[in-house]
Amino acid sequence: MSGQRRVGRWRSLFALTLLLSAPCAWPAKPVDPLRSPAWDAMVARHLDGGAVVFDERVIVRMPDSAEDALSVPVEVRVEGIDEVQEIRLIADLNPIPLILSYVPTRAAPAISFRFKVEQSTPVRAAARTPDGVWHVGGAWLSAAGGGCTAPSYGTGGGMWRDQLNQVSGALWPRDDGHSRLKLRVMHPMDTGLASGIPVFHIESLQVLDAKGRELARVLTYEPVSENPVLSLDLEGKGPVRIVGRDIQGNRIDAQVAP
Amino acid sequence: MTHRSLCSLSLRQRGEGWGEGPLVRGRLSRFWRPLTLALSRHAGRGDLLCAVVALSGLLTFPASAAPFDYGLHAQKIADGVHVFEGRTEHFTRDNGGDIVNTGYIETAAGALVIDTGPSRRYGEQMRAAIESATGKPVAQVLITHAHPDHFLGNQAYAADAITALPVTRQTIQALGEDLAANLYRMVGGWMEGTEARVPARDAQPGALVIGGRSLKLLALRGHTDADLAVYDEKTRTLFAGDLVFFQRAPTTPNADLGAWLEALDQLDRLDFAVLVPGHGPVVKDHAAIVQTRAYLKWLRASLQDATRRGLDLNEAMAQVKVPPEFAKLAVFRDEFQRSVVHLYPAMELETLRRAK
Repeated sequence: MSGQRRVGRWRSLFALTLLLSAPCAWPAKPVDPLRSPAWDAMVARHLDGGAVVFDERVIVRMPDSAEDALSVPVEVRVEGIDEVQEIRLIADLNPIPLILSYVPTRAAPAISFRFKVEQSTPVRAAARTPDGVWHVGGAWLSAAGGGCTAPSYGTGGGMWRDQLNQVSGALWPRDDGHSRLKLRVMHPMDTGLASGIPVFHIESLQVLDAKGRELARVLTYEPVSENPVLSLDLEGKGPVRIVGRDIQGNRIDAQVAP
Repeated sequence: MTHRSLCSLSLRQRGEGWGEGPLVRGRLSRFWRPLTLALSRHAGRGDLLCAVVALSGLLTFPASAAPFDYGLHAQKIADGVHVFEGRTEHFTRDNGGDIVNTGYIETAAGALVIDTGPSRRYGEQMRAAIESATGKPVAQVLITHAHPDHFLGNQAYAADAITALPVTRQTIQALGEDLAANLYRMVGGWMEGTEARVPARDAQPGALVIGGRSLKLLALRGHTDADLAVYDEKTRTLFAGDLVFFQRAPTTPNADLGAWLEALDQLDRLDFAVLVPGHGPVVKDHAAIVQTRAYLKWLRASLQDATRRGLDLNEAMAQVKVPPEFAKLAVFRDEFQRSVVHLYPAMELETLRRAK
């Protein structure tokens, strides 16, 4: 192959590229700042293939590395974006990536929880605005792993049956008109990935105010840690009712007063 | 394979596989390692792999004259009392886990060894150093507690020669292998051949006389479920194990802060002239106890305050105010983060009420 011919080929390729990119009708696909090999699949599978922007206003806070692979604490907070309709939490490289979905109906777009991690992975929060765009923030979590394929402690002990779906909680009124709700629900949250132990987890939790209006809704999936502890910032300062169920149809129903 | 106990020495992972340790260190190794991997994959012949590994070893070793040499030098801190002082760092592939203080006390019957370090190699090198200095075989080994940097050198001795509190023995039996595996991930090839050897003998609290030397053993708890402290009557030297840290942030994976503070009070009442902390420099006064106590009290009070304000774990981590005296301790940031993860979940449950 002669040098000249090669140059010629490059030139025509360059021209073709220009031609194709000239109209610029569609926006360039944003580059994943965390450079995850699984990100495109995450968008397709867990963000409905929707439009995505990486947005620093979506903040994910957690320790640099997973001290306990069964319980990695994560805090998500969206600051300065109005009307967040839903926040989805995704760990790209977990065997089950989708951790939870949060709908802050009458609540701040912020949630804290703990989850099980199988290996080092990006952890993302994707906040959907009414225009259908997912605003995505996140960080890498370093982990030696094994959290998803371990049996829950409850399953090992047998005591869990007596405490299943029991709720403990407290409300802290804040100066900004919100109340911090922290709650724990007793549940093994088995992923189905530990040998011989079927999948068994809470699938929905809804927080209602005294008038029965929805303040917030959480859909929880397999990766959420055993006996989930959640922190939410709800509008108002009154008592709340928490209703929900697990995937076997067991009910959760409890009231928490300030 | 994961077990919550694994987390007792953190699941932090540094680097990739353990095979990347000093066994294949330096520039040559970067060339040879892919080759060995490629050959093992394609040829599928174990003996060929061995040959290549041996070859790469030969070519690599001259680059670092003594691979996996901890360079252990005992420091004499009192008459017949010696300490191998570790670095105040985290486990890394550079330090091979030499982050812990071990030591020995000379007796007429041979040395009494206190803790055996983080790996088989450390244990063996430590034993060689001690026997060459004393000219006698080691008489007995005491293990202060069941954390891997303190007992994974046990293979340098027969199990019969090693003594520990009963709970410590049980914990090593139950979790030793997981703890060793975790350390492999953090320090790599230094760990080669390391397995958890369970001490065969129970330590009895009280007087212990070996080779004419009188010691006192104290059975305490708080840093872990069983913490042994060793006091040498002749020199009034106290080996405090990890109940006392100095100039290095304490670790809390199995801590019971209340019990730990009580144990510190007990140690504080002892009339010692020299104190060997589990990590950090040897001291001749009570400063290390004072510092450890102040740190633990601050940790407990600030995390309790955060739970009472309804903060979640990461918020607590970010919002707790850190006094400068603690911020300057070695590896403070990492250990503080780990401690919040260890301690906060149980503390915050005290603020939640059972809902109806």
